[in-house]
Amino acid sequence: MISNSQLVNKYFRHSKKFPHIWCPGCGIGTILGNMLRAIDDLAIDKNDIAFVSGIGCTGRAPVYVDFNTLHTTHGRALPFATGLKLARPELKVLVATGDGDATAIGGNHLIHACRRNIDITTIIVNNYIYGMTGGQYSPTTPHGDKAYTCKLGNIERPFNISALVEAAGATFVGRTTSYHVLQLQNIIKKAILHKGFSVVEVITHCPTTYGRINHKGSAVEMLKWQKEVAVDKSRADKMSPKELEGRIVTGVLIEKDLPEFCEQYDTIIEQAQNQAKGKPE
Amino acid sequence: MKQTQTEIRLAGSGGQGLITAGIILAEAAILDNKNVVQSQSYGPEARGGASRAEIIIADGPIYFPKATWVDILLAMSQKASDQYSFDLKAGGIFIVDTTYVNQIPTSSALAIPISSRTREKFGKELFSNIVALGVICETTKVVSIQALQAAVSARVPDGTEKLNKEALAFGRKLAKEAIKKNNGLEAEVIEADS
Amino acid sequence: MSKKTSYQLMQGNEAVAEGALAAGVSFFAGYPITPSTEIAEILSDRLPETGGKFIQMEDEIGSIAAIIGASIGGRKTLTATSGPGFSLMQENLGFACLTEIPLVIVNVMRVGPSTGLPTSPSQGDVMQARWGTHGDHPIIVLTPSSVEEAFHYTIKAVNFSEKYRNPVIVLMDEVIGHMRARVNLPPRSMVERVNRVQPNMPPEWYLPYERSATGVAPMASFGDGYRYHITGLVHDAKGFPTTNPSEARDNIRGLFSKIERGFREICLVDYELMEDAEHAIIAYGCMVLSARSALEQLRKSGIKVGLIKLGTLWPFPRFAIEHYLPQLKTILVPELNMGQIYREVLRVNAGKAVIEKLNRVNGTIIAPDEIVKTVKGMVR
Repeated sequence: MISNSQLVNKYFRHSKKFPHIWCPGCGIGTILGNMLRAIDDLAIDKNDIAFVSGIGCTGRAPVYVDFNTLHTTHGRALPFATGLKLARPELKVLVATGDGDATAIGGNHLIHACRRNIDITTIIVNNYIYGMTGGQYSPTTPHGDKAYTCKLGNIERPFNISALVEAAGATFVGRTTSYHVLQLQNIIKKAILHKGFSVVEVITHCPTTYGRINHKGSAVEMLKWQKEVAVDKSRADKMSPKELEGRIVTGVLIEKDLPEFCEQYDTIIEQAQNQAKGKPE
Repeated sequence: MKQTQTEIRLAGSGGQGLITAGIILAEAAILDNKNVVQSQSYGPEARGGASRAEIIIADGPIYFPKATWVDILLAMSQKASDQYSFDLKAGGIFIVDTTYVNQIPTSSALAIPISSRTREKFGKELFSNIVALGVICETTKVVSIQALQAAVSARVPDGTEKLNKEALAFGRKLAKEAIKKNNGLEAEVIEADS
Repeated sequence: MSKKTSYQLMQGNEAVAEGALAAGVSFFAGYPITPSTEIAEILSDRLPETGGKFIQMEDEIGSIAAIIGASIGGRKTLTATSGPGFSLMQENLGFACLTEIPLVIVNVMRVGPSTGLPTSPSQGDVMQARWGTHGDHPIIVLTPSSVEEAFHYTIKAVNFSEKYRNPVIVLMDEVIGHMRARVNLPPRSMVERVNRVQPNMPPEWYLPYERSATGVAPMASFGDGYRYHITGLVHDAKGFPTTNPSEARDNIRGLFSKIERGFREICLVDYELMEDAEHAIIAYGCMVLSARSALEQLRKSGIKVGLIKLGTLWPFPRFAIEHYLPQLKTILVPELNMGQIYREVLRVNAGKAVIEKLNRVNGTIIAPDEIVKTVKGMVR
C-alpha cells in the first residue's frame, strides 16, 4: 500500500498553498485520503479522473488534489458532472458532496442521477450538519438533535441517504464511516469499478459544530461512536429490526447490473445515424 | 388577386389542425415561388383553446409578420367568426365552417359544413383542416393546386398521403358546390380528382 | 423544413437549432418550456445523427450545469429556455461568467413576471439578461429580428462564446421564435466557425487563467492532460481560490476587459434609411418588423425617418446612437416591455434629442400603424 508521504507527493497539489480549510479533527481529510488510496490501488491515470464538488466543507476537497477538478455551485455538482461525463465518457468522474449539498439543495439532482444510472461515483460525506456556515440543521440531522437553527431540537425527520438513493434507482450503494478506513477504501474502489451510478455514503463527524452543540465530545469520541454504532451488512442481515434500532448498517448495500446511460446513448447515436443515412441534408 | 400581398387568417380551436394547415399553405406558396411568412397564436392548451394561424403571401418583401386586415378568413369556431369577421377587408373572402359556426355575421360568407361533411366522408374530422385547404384553394386561388398537393403530401404522416389527397379534392368539390349555390358565381367546373 | 422536402420554410426556433448545428454545437441539455421547446425537440433528433448528444435534465438549473460540464469537456454547447427557466439558470450563468466557460443560452421570451403569458410575445427579459445573475459581470446578448437572423445570430453566439470564453445569450421573442418564413441558408461549408483557443504549452507551464495578448486565456478541456482547477470562487491565474485584493481585481476586471476589447466586433447594428434621417426608430427583435413597415409608410408621407436595428443589446452599442445624434430631432423606442432599452437610449442621448417610448405588455405586438401614429405625433 502507498505510504502517506508517497500519497502526498503523488496526489496533492504542491502549487496550492496549504494548510487546507478543514478544522482540526474533521473527518473529510480521512475520507479524501482513502479515496486517493482507492484510486492509487486501481492505478487510474490522474489525467483520466475528473473530481467534481459543490459547496460546503466537502466541496473544498477537489482543489487540493492533482486531477481535473471542478468546484461548482451549491447542490449542482451532479448535473455538472453529468454534462462532463457525457461529453467525455472516457473520464472517471467522481463527485464529493455533503449531506446538505447532496440531499437538500441538490436533492432533485441526486435522485435523477440515480434514476439515469450514469457512470459517476458520488461520495456523500454525511456529518449531519451544515458545517461551513456554522452548524445549521441539515436533512440528515437526527430528530431531536440540536443545531444553531434548531437550538431546542430538530422537529424534522432525517433522510436515510442510502435508502433514498436506493429507492431512486442507484445501482450501487455502499455505506461506511470515517472510522472504518479499510472498508471505506474497498467500497470506494468497488464503486469506481461499478458501471453505473454509484453512491458511497460516509458517516462522519463534525466536532466543531454538530459535536459541540450536541455534546458528543471530541473527534476521537465521535469516531468511537462510529465504531460502536456500525454493524456490517453480513451481520445485520441476521439481526432483528429491534436489534438494529440505532445502528448503522455498513458495507455494500446494493449492487445491480443495469444499462448505463452513456452506453445507452451510444446506441441512440448508432440508431439515429442509421436512420439519417439516405435522408437529404 | 391583383394586390401583391395577400393576408390569410385561419382561426378556430386547438386540435383542428389549423396551424398545420397554415404551414402547408405557406409551403405551397414557396413552391409557387412566392414570399411567405406564417405565424400563429394559441393558448396554453394543446386542445380546445383558441388557435389561429396567419399566412402572408407576397411577391415582394414582407415586413410585418401578422395579418392586420385580412383578404381571406377561415373561421372554424363561433368565437373565431365573431372575433375576426371585423378584420376582413372589403371584398375579402370569408369561409365559415357551419359545423361550429351557427350565427354567421354576413350573408356574403361562404358557408360550408366543413367538419361534418368531412366526418360523413372520412368517418372522422381529422382531415377537416386539409378539406378546408381544398376549399380555400378552390375559392381564392391563392396558391396553385399543384403546389398545395405537393405541400400536403410532404407534411402529412407517412401512409396518409392518399387520404389527404382525397381530402383536398373533397374540399374543392365542397367549395364548387357552395359557390354555385351561394351567389351564382361562375364556378369552373372540374371534376374533383379523388 | 418538412420531412420530405428541401425547400425552406423555417420557423425561428428551427433556425436556432439549424444554426447551432451549423456552428458545431454537439451538446444540448434542456428542460421543456413554452415557447422554446421546438429547439430541444429538433436537437434531440439531430444531435445524435451527427454524433452529438442531447439530454433532458430534471430542471433548468441542471440544464445549464450540464452544458457547463460538457463545455469543460471540450464541446460547443447550447441550451434553450424561456422566462421561468432563464430565472432558474441565473446562478450557474454567473458561474460560467466567472469561470469563463463558453456556452449559449437561447431565451425565447414570453410575457412575465412569473408564469405570465406562456404563449405570448414579450421583450421583458432584456435587463434580466444583462443583470440577472448576482455580481458584476460582462455578458453578450444578441437578439435576432427575423428567422434568417435566428440562424445567423445563433452561429455568431456560439462563435463569440468560444472566442471570448463568455456565456452568450440569444434573446428571441415569441414572434421570431414561432414565425415561419422562407429562408435561404448558406451551405455548411460557408459558415464561419470559431473554436476556443487551446493551450499548446506543456501542461506544467499551463496557467489556466493567465490571459494571452487577446485578453482571453487558452482553455484546456478536462481529459486532455492539463489537470487544473475550475472554481466559482474568485481565483488567481492558476485557477485557485484567492482573497488577495489585487488578484481578485485582476480576476473580475479581466472579465470586463476581454469584452471591451471585442466591443466593436460584438456589437451587431444595422442602419436603414439613416443617411438623411431627422428621426429614428430604435428597434430590436419583432419590433424591427413593425418598424420597417412603419418606415415605409412614414417615408411615403415625407417624414425623414430611419431605423437603427439593434442585433446586440449587451454590451449596449452606444456608438450606433451617438453617431447619428447630431442629425436627429426625435427618437422612438418601441418595445414589448415597459421601456428597458429606452432607458439605455436616454442614458446615451444625454438630453440631446427628444426620446419617446412606445410600450406594450399585454401579449400582443405593436402594429406598424401605431408606430406611424406615434412618430407623426412626435414630428409634429
